[in-house]
Amino acid sequence: MNLWLWILAACAIAYVTKLVGYLLPASWLENPWVSTLSHGVTVGLLASLVAVNTFVSGTSIVLDARVVALGAAAVALLVRAPYLVVVVVGAAAAALARLAGMA
Amino acid sequence: MTVVLTPAQRRGLSVGVATGLYGISFGALAVAAGLSVAQASALSLLMFTGGSQFAFVGVVAGGGSLGSATAAASLLGVRNAIYGVTANAMLRPRGWRRFAAAQVTIDESIATASAAEDADEERRGFWAGGLAVFVLWNLFTVVGALVGDALGDPAAWGLDGAAVAAFLGLLWPRLRGRDPVAVAVVAAVVTVAVAPVVPPGIPIIIAAAVALVMTAAQHRRRAGSGAVRP
Repeated sequence: MNLWLWILAACAIAYVTKLVGYLLPASWLENPWVSTLSHGVTVGLLASLVAVNTFVSGTSIVLDARVVALGAAAVALLVRAPYLVVVVVGAAAAALARLAGMA
Repeated sequence: MTVVLTPAQRRGLSVGVATGLYGISFGALAVAAGLSVAQASALSLLMFTGGSQFAFVGVVAGGGSLGSATAAASLLGVRNAIYGVTANAMLRPRGWRRFAAAQVTIDESIATASAAEDADEERRGFWAGGLAVFVLWNLFTVVGALVGDALGDPAAWGLDGAAVAAFLGLLWPRLRGRDPVAVAVVAAVVTVAVAPVVPPGIPIIIAAAVALVMTAAQHRRRAGSGAVRP
């Protein structure tokens, strides 16, 4: 029962965190700084997510098959492959690298 | 009947498949940590932010207190507050829609929306990405919780590589010009540099803070020698 209570509390905190940004007044959002900064932060977050998903495992820096996936996806993007193809290429590259013995 | 999807909707569904399948590993890990199938599903339905969910069961599995599991999950969710501001600025949902939009405000929906070409596509990308991940993530959480590791390691199927490619594909269209490239490179380097010394999830928040400061400096420089006030 205790576990249920903590789960529901954690879920409530997660939802309120998400909701905060939606309850700010519209006038605040019309400031050009807000969109400039939020676009910049989005680029930073996406780059960080790429880095975490490629190089980080827990609190360790790991070079494994995911690096091959990153390279393959970058090549696919350079030749202007459609998004779904890029994702499939990333998965295939990681799976093949592991098949070839990479961690 | 033929259903024609826009580019943003196709991207959203692709992200949903790539991410949703990872629900299998979450479900399996949650049950291994001692949660019931219903508790694993409750986290996916109600918390619905993968990093926080993994952190919660990770702390429980490691013998941490439920309080610290909640704290770790909440800290990891802080970036969703930034996402909420971003999504609100892009979509301007009204009434009940903002409460629905809040629940699907996650990495994938924001990323899909941000990569879109115009305002309509941003909206379609947000909902396609958010709802596709929601449905598939919850479905595969149940699958993972029920059959656990019987399906094997998702990494063996290259699904972690799919996640890398998915995020890179979303970042790519935003890298036009020197300023966003500089922000992306610095954010990635900062992430890798701090990852070994701070708890999981925190590097992303630090990278976001660095990106914020850099973008402000770039904006100020473009605007001229301090003539424009924030």
